[in-house]
Amino acid sequence: MTDTLRLTAEEAMGLIERSEASGAELHRAYLDAIGERDGELHAYLTTVEAAEGAGVPIALKDVISTKGVETTAGSKILAGYKPVFDSTVAACCKEAGLPLIGKTNLDEFAMGSSTENSAYGPTRNPWDPERVPGGSSGGSAAAVAGGLAPWALGSDTGGSIKQPAALCGLVGLRPTYGTVSRYGIVAFASSLDQVGPLTKTVRDAAFLYRIIAGRDPLDSTTVDLPEPVELPETEDLKGLRIGVPRELNEAEGIEPGVSEAVQRAIELCRELGAEVGETTLPRSVEFGMPCYYLIAPSEASSNLARYDGVRYGPRSGKGDIREMYMQTRDEGFGDEPKRRIMLGTYALSAGYYDAFYGQAQKVRTVIRDEFAAALEQFDVLISPTSPTVAFPLGAKTENPLAMYLSDVLAIPPNMAGLPGLSIPCGLSEGLPVGLQLIGPQFSENLLFRTGHALERAIGFDFVPERLR
Amino acid sequence: MKWAPVIGLEIHIHLKTKTKMFCRCELEYGAEENSRTCPVCLAHPGTLPVPNARAIEMTILLGHALQCEVVERSVFHRKHYFYPDLPKGYQISQYDQPLCVNGRFALADGSEVGITRAHLEEDAAKNVHMGGSGGRIAGADRTLVDYNRAGTPLVEIVTEPDLRSSEQAKRFLQLLRQTVVELGISDAEMEKGSLRFDVNVSIRPEGSDELRTRTELKNMNSFNFAAKGIEREIKRQIGIYESGGEVEQETLHFDPGNESAPPLRSKEEAQDYRYLPEPDLVPLVPGRELVERLRGELPELPGARIARLADELDTDLAEGLVTSGRDRLFEQVPGERRAVANVLMNQWAATGVDPAAVDADELGKLIEARDRIPRAAFTEALEATGEPGFEAERYLADGQIEATADLEPLVEHVLAANPSQVDDYRGGKEGLLGFFVGQVMKETGGRANPKLVNELLREKLKA
Amino acid sequence: MAITRDEVLHVARLARLALTDEEVERLGSQLSAILEAVGKVAELDLADVEPTSHPLDLANVSADDESRPSLSADEVFANAPDREDDFFRVPPA
Ligand SMILES: [Mg+2]
Ligand SMILES: [Zn+2]
Repeated sequence: MTDTLRLTAEEAMGLIERSEASGAELHRAYLDAIGERDGELHAYLTTVEAAEGAGVPIALKDVISTKGVETTAGSKILAGYKPVFDSTVAACCKEAGLPLIGKTNLDEFAMGSSTENSAYGPTRNPWDPERVPGGSSGGSAAAVAGGLAPWALGSDTGGSIKQPAALCGLVGLRPTYGTVSRYGIVAFASSLDQVGPLTKTVRDAAFLYRIIAGRDPLDSTTVDLPEPVELPETEDLKGLRIGVPRELNEAEGIEPGVSEAVQRAIELCRELGAEVGETTLPRSVEFGMPCYYLIAPSEASSNLARYDGVRYGPRSGKGDIREMYMQTRDEGFGDEPKRRIMLGTYALSAGYYDAFYGQAQKVRTVIRDEFAAALEQFDVLISPTSPTVAFPLGAKTENPLAMYLSDVLAIPPNMAGLPGLSIPCGLSEGLPVGLQLIGPQFSENLLFRTGHALERAIGFDFVPERLR
Repeated sequence: MKWAPVIGLEIHIHLKTKTKMFCRCELEYGAEENSRTCPVCLAHPGTLPVPNARAIEMTILLGHALQCEVVERSVFHRKHYFYPDLPKGYQISQYDQPLCVNGRFALADGSEVGITRAHLEEDAAKNVHMGGSGGRIAGADRTLVDYNRAGTPLVEIVTEPDLRSSEQAKRFLQLLRQTVVELGISDAEMEKGSLRFDVNVSIRPEGSDELRTRTELKNMNSFNFAAKGIEREIKRQIGIYESGGEVEQETLHFDPGNESAPPLRSKEEAQDYRYLPEPDLVPLVPGRELVERLRGELPELPGARIARLADELDTDLAEGLVTSGRDRLFEQVPGERRAVANVLMNQWAATGVDPAAVDADELGKLIEARDRIPRAAFTEALEATGEPGFEAERYLADGQIEATADLEPLVEHVLAANPSQVDDYRGGKEGLLGFFVGQVMKETGGRANPKLVNELLREKLKA
Repeated sequence: MAITRDEVLHVARLARLALTDEEVERLGSQLSAILEAVGKVAELDLADVEPTSHPLDLANVSADDESRPSLSADEVFANAPDREDDFFRVPPA
């Protein structure tokens, strides 16, 4: 019997290569595990009974369009919507022979940090079902951590891969903007959205990134990778310069247990041969959040204009077209999308553009420049991924601003289009702590190498304690 | 007081690309509803635009023709509003950084119209309003949407308010239309909606250079209606000022049917388009090499040809020949220039014959002889100028074979001598008719009445 | 930065959201709080700074004018809430 909780994707590849298991058998094993544990976790919105492919099965966040398989983005406004086309990343997975296990739960339209904003109910953290798995890719994270998928894809706009990876004890890569196609990914904020892997090991993340990365003629904002994806092998960090940005490590709200775990990891970097030094990002952390909460909602208000009940999705309202729009959108969108649509519409409306969106784009330049300066001195920057470990369900749902702070450390590098890798670096109060590694654009190979060496040295057990 | 009109135009032209602006659905006018659509132009979740390279080139080419500067960097914006013809809830359009700016366009009368900008955007879908009277918006009980047109590449040309009369506006539009047709970038057919324009009209006391409140006339569907609409709007505004009122800024929908212009949109419904730089697209930075190559591809433009012809003709005639696409033929037809021009613009124009099918020398002979033959015979001859093998001689000499009895045996002879062509014709290659006509003409030394030959051939070939 | 009830209603109309009274109240106060927080960007004097609309410095991405197959009618209308013949049908516009 396959131990889906412990099996890594790389090990699963080995089973298939040695003919010890087929893609179909593995697919079955994960469906069985879902039958057993997903009643509690609710990681999945849809499962696929019979899927094609001889490779390692995969779970996809429900913003990733899959031909013929319902894709809702966690919203009622897309209830029943079955795409007639595959997103490019779904097509890449098919081409690589990865059978689709199912579509995972998320905050509606990827807007949130706890997966409580799903119109279909929250997902729970496999380490502690009373707590959130993070978000918005909480379903993908819970599926992998809970042994319901060997690996999964999520999407990250303002931390939605890195933060749930941290809260669920997983590896999560938010790739360099433009390296993974957004074609067919239900859009949240176009200049920030990026799909990436959630896995148990850094090598698994590299394997999966290799499958999905590269220029796509259907996405004008993609580029070819400057160098092929390498699977990390080295177990030391000799010759590497690691920078510790003061503001990212000393931000208000970072829990002591989180700080301690990250400090230990920084010490380990030294032991592994890296040169470690302090650096600074004076304005990136302080202004990163406000900048993000102008740019993302503005773009979201625009991207969500297409949900109008005309060509797809449910429709409500009697009377004329205007009433149909207003009712369909009022009933179809949940609280968080409405908040962001309102905020974004306001920020873009006549007379406010320069003060809000325009100014935020300039702040983005400031953040970019600060990171560029820090990354001239250092190869990789390091910080906690999330200021806290997984928090209890309902703890922040009444206060949007408190919820937003959950991504305060994940957001700044995103604004600069930089890749970020979150790896687990220990426990605090029995819950996983995530370590964020940030590099220059297209430095995924370097992040994998760094993450892999640290992962070996840390020896984190990714199977949730209560399930061992 | 004497009033002077101030007129500016906004013209939308469909580009004649094979595919849409941001997806690769084929453009086909009159195709089955919604059969030229894909996830991108239906705005399915997650779909993204990819600009059409040819449309960008065509816009630059037009920019050259309008003597515009082609900018070094242009970006697309999203323009938001909700309407079922707009699948994404926004139109992708160049807003504050259009591809072509600061041009000018010379009219036949020597005046120049400033071109503020020419930018690229996408067209909306087609709405059909059902249940009201005559497909009108008012009273409709439902609207049907066909997205085939959604995403058609569109160039919007905005002029400075440099036009001073409805007649001048009409001439501007005619010359512009001919220019884009000759550039090969658009069919510019108003019936198909591939050329549409809005007119901005204001008036001011003659001699003054103030700019007063303007109104916008939308949905003009012919040059003549536009001229009429402008005239009427000028009168209306004069009436308002002379009775002590103020013109209100509004958009008027011109309805040629009942000759009225009811307001379309009032001020309180003013749009807030929430422009946003399109994050799914990257900037256009046209390479100087491309820009210069396209400049080299410019043919001699209609405006230049009018100027050249106006030396030997009067301006009106020169303009008429060029904007009707007959000036190339004019230049080939020998004979007294003014006479040739007049015939081409009048009697010959009425025949509807395609200028490209005409033997210029033969037409010249015919025109030269116009006063020596009966009017009816001349007209008949002009109508035949498009026939293959047309020879003026046959119409000038007496003795045209007019009798069915004389022609019938000849027609039968020709058919009998060409059995395989007959089979092909009956198999559907009806273009062969011209071949048979030519053969009969040859047999008769061109003396057969072509109309009669045509009729006889059709009849015999039917059997 | 407080947002007035009228502004909330205006923005909701622009965004085509038919908010209930309760939503107008709640969203109004939440938006005020969020706007207060994000308004912080105004503290920076960035008059001479170029905006970043894109993390990558790309330009001139386009495709050749070669057609690709469109969808079949079945696919076009697979998710349509309403249809009449080969049109999408909506309430009167
Ligand atoms: Mg326009
Ligand atoms: Zn299309």
